[in-house]
Amino acid sequence: MDTLIQQIVSGLATGGIYGSVALALVMIYQATEVVNYAQGEMAMFSTYLAWTLLNAGLPYWVAFFATLAIAFVGGLVLERILIRPVENAPVLTIVIVCIGLLVILNSVAGWVYSYIQKPFPSPFPSKPIQVGNIYFGAHDIGALGVTLVVLACLYVFFRFTTLGLAMRAAAQNPVSSRLCGIRVGWMLAVGWGLAALVGAVAGMMVAPIVFLDPNMMAGILIYAFASATLGGFTSPGGAVLGGLIVGVIENLVGTYVSFIGTELKLTVALAMILIVLVFRPSGLFGRAVVHRV
Amino acid sequence: MAALLSVRDLQARYGDTRVLRGITFEVAEGGITTILGANGAGKTTTLRAVCGMVKTDGEITLAGKRIEGRATESIVRLGVAHVPEGRGTFVQLTVQENLRLGAYARRDPANLNQDIERVCRYFPVLAERRNQVAGTLSGGEQQMLAVARALMLKPKLLLLDEPSLGLAPLVVREIFRIIRTINREEHVSVLLVEQNASLALGLADHAYLMETGTVVMSGPAAELRQNDAIRRAYLGY
Repeated sequence: MDTLIQQIVSGLATGGIYGSVALALVMIYQATEVVNYAQGEMAMFSTYLAWTLLNAGLPYWVAFFATLAIAFVGGLVLERILIRPVENAPVLTIVIVCIGLLVILNSVAGWVYSYIQKPFPSPFPSKPIQVGNIYFGAHDIGALGVTLVVLACLYVFFRFTTLGLAMRAAAQNPVSSRLCGIRVGWMLAVGWGLAALVGAVAGMMVAPIVFLDPNMMAGILIYAFASATLGGFTSPGGAVLGGLIVGVIENLVGTYVSFIGTELKLTVALAMILIVLVFRPSGLFGRAVVHRV
Repeated sequence: MAALLSVRDLQARYGDTRVLRGITFEVAEGGITTILGANGAGKTTTLRAVCGMVKTDGEITLAGKRIEGRATESIVRLGVAHVPEGRGTFVQLTVQENLRLGAYARRDPANLNQDIERVCRYFPVLAERRNQVAGTLSGGEQQMLAVARALMLKPKLLLLDEPSLGLAPLVVREIFRIIRTINREEHVSVLLVEQNASLALGLADHAYLMETGTVVMSGPAAELRQNDAIRRAYLGY
């Protein structure tokens, strides 16, 4: 029983990270109907920047927020420079640009920082937290807390601010948005900025677990795809919840199904994507998109 | 009366097809002007051209300022509110959020709630449905929402594209009655594009008739209503 609760909590912690990356994917997907395959590498690169700032002697939380600011501006600039020229191109063109960005970021990170794994610090104590007879990793609890705070901030931003409302409007109906005076192109850029910011949080929270290296987000991006598919690519809340579910299932299956263990965990994510796509393509909380023909 | 909007020799094409072949018209300050014509005459394109939504040649002057070639977003900021064909509702957002978006381009977005109450006075049904998702409104209610959203801008010029489309005659009459009230009380000039010529001529004080991309007739609405050719072709008696 104790192991079960431990595994669930640690599953929720990694699930929150998958959910954040999934949310970043969904935010961009809703606005442009494009899956940003470079989302993981953007997060990885942001985490390296955080590592550089930390090595320069900055206190953790200063480096943390500085990284968020850099990631936001970086995401915004990437959209303006790389995506804007192909804004009206077919979806496949934009996907190729995203994959190109993935490769470039990965190689540049390897070139600058080398492919050797680096430890990345956690801001939380290494001593486990004891509740009754059960011990929880402090980083697990802390990462889950940070993720939830970020998600709550995003919710408030999109729900209650005028800019958030304008961004939702621009994603839904660009033509009408222009007629309301909304600069739709800039809304997309801000969306990329926010997605990069959320990804940066995920990167910094997962790096202490998986260690920092240029390929650290590859597996996580697949879990994020599984989360977004499960929750529904059209539902931001669903993507987050999907992430938590994927995280818990992954952990439980890895612990209790002996032949899967840690090696085959990633296969579980792929199997989940497959099952969802076959039986409920719009995901648990997504809307089925109907096109008139 | 001075012209708020003045359009000279406006031309537009979609690919190789010329849709507007050099049309010239004016909208008087404080007046209601209507452009009539059959399907495909170029009425919608004319409105879209005024908003910078299609590439055009020719001059478009709003309150003395040339606006052709500007981005739609900046034309909206000059006080042009466009109620597009098909209403352009944000169907997943609530009625209230739709109205808030209408005021997005305003420089003085204070008193937002007061403004929402102001436009809801014209359309009381919207006040009742404030927190309802706009996609669940009926066609007539969505048309009302579209006009209300446009009014949130406090526009100088209101462009209306076929507000009667697909609505029951009673609802249409109601909406036209409200447009007249709005024109008087809010000092908004109106450019109305309509297929329903008898309704439009009853509302407008000046009218233009378009056929395949050109203006073939214009004059005071009352005069056009008496014109035999128009009566036979567009009014049906």
